[in-house]
Amino acid sequence: MNTKFEDYRKYSNLFVELVRKGIKLKYRRSYLGIIWSMIEPLLTMIVLTIVFGTLLGHTGKEFPVYILAGRLIYTLFSQSSTAALKSIRTNQGMIKKVYVPKALYPLSSITFNYILFLISLVVLLMVSLVLGVYPTWRVLLAIIPLFVLFCLSVGAGLILSTVGVFFRDMEYLWNVLLMLVMYTCAIFYYPDKILGSDVGWILKYNPLFCIISNFRSCVFGEDMNMWMLGYSSVFAIVSILFGVLVFEKNQDKFILYI
Amino acid sequence: MSDKTRNDEKMNNVTEDTALVLSDIGMRFNLSKEKVDSVKEYFIKLVKHELKFDEFWALRNINFEVKKGERVGILGLNGAGKSTLMKVIAGVFRPTEGSVYKQGVLAPMIELGAGFDMQYTGKENIYLYGAVLGYSRKFMDEKVDEIIEFTELKNFIDVPLKNYSSGMKARLGFAIATVVKPDILILDEVLSVGDAKFRKKSEKKLLDMMDTGTTVLFVSHNIDQVKKICNKALILDHGSLVTYGDMEDVVAQYEEMIK
Repeated sequence: MNTKFEDYRKYSNLFVELVRKGIKLKYRRSYLGIIWSMIEPLLTMIVLTIVFGTLLGHTGKEFPVYILAGRLIYTLFSQSSTAALKSIRTNQGMIKKVYVPKALYPLSSITFNYILFLISLVVLLMVSLVLGVYPTWRVLLAIIPLFVLFCLSVGAGLILSTVGVFFRDMEYLWNVLLMLVMYTCAIFYYPDKILGSDVGWILKYNPLFCIISNFRSCVFGEDMNMWMLGYSSVFAIVSILFGVLVFEKNQDKFILYI
Repeated sequence: MSDKTRNDEKMNNVTEDTALVLSDIGMRFNLSKEKVDSVKEYFIKLVKHELKFDEFWALRNINFEVKKGERVGILGLNGAGKSTLMKVIAGVFRPTEGSVYKQGVLAPMIELGAGFDMQYTGKENIYLYGAVLGYSRKFMDEKVDEIIEFTELKNFIDVPLKNYSSGMKARLGFAIATVVKPDILILDEVLSVGDAKFRKKSEKKLLDMMDTGTTVLFVSHNIDQVKKICNKALILDHGSLVTYGDMEDVVAQYEEMIK
């Protein structure tokens, strides 16, 4: 265990370089560069607000904030998990020729997506201020669901990156599963009706919905739901433990499958 | 990998001037006739009990020790296991049996440009590859000019690597791997790339490094190069170690073999 730790310390430079590379290459050759990580969610928010605001009749000023908060978190989860899923295959050139602790690849792709996500939170703040949803002290508590979100992404990323090596079709399957996750996250509708009905468990047991819901509570200055916080935290921790186990057990076999 | 490396430090025959010890290395591959890489296929075959593999030992019972500063030529026909052996030493493959003990920083040059990113510029790749070898950004800051000068790439250094010719990539890879003065250098068929001028330059660089005590593992089909660079050699044949000893004797035996 001790040597493993030393190994990772030695390669911390590489981790930083890989994160840097991810951020640099994401918007390379686009004129606006990293600003896209703020414009893109803003534009999507406008589209979703127009479509679902009209469709479902939500005209409140806080609806765009509600949508944006949910969508930012969902996008982070979907992008980082997809990047992690492909990370071993994407870096096969390096893996085949030099020894590098392989967990660096999924971890760095999750981290760089998370950093871009944190940057895009600026948009959320700006939109809230413009629309008059003024943050209270509770907004500081948002760190808690955001941390759970990071843990959940790491756990899911480790599991997916392992599965992705052995089964190429996981990429397509995961896209479909992500769509299911998206619809059960209540991104562009209010969940109260569903939560009160017989099928409320569909939302309640989706850890990402719990995170989004608590994050929104912090943004709107309400109390977090403790059950949801507990459930999503436990889910995240278990997924990390399971992810580390699966990854550790299989990483020596990766080279034979890529 | 590192756990194994650690344990072997306790091995009694290891002294200070040992660079590398391989004990009982065996590397087995499962050769599946058809690649099963879809979930559906996997379960169908699992249910039908058709998941069979042919075992294939690419390396078996490999034992040898390299002292610091020795230059070992690795000889053998195609498919003898030379590259697999280099990858086991580099840590890319974890051996099925046995263990590798190595002392110091190892720079593998198994195909130049290992770990390069094609969208990254030459300069950015210098930092990336430096980090792959375990060097900090600060350290690379000091070395970057030296590397760029050696590659003679000049204006191309800020161009994405996808626009490089294969010779240019090879130069960059060579320059990065050698500027950091690794303790053990693995050269797998890398001196056969680049033009004659660069080859001469890189050969000279290697010889300079060897004077400072770098241990070299040199894979090549070019016997003249082996004669020029190495002082020891070994022959691999179908995954087994045939001979290991002084370069002249082993090369003579190899020339006899390929007649």
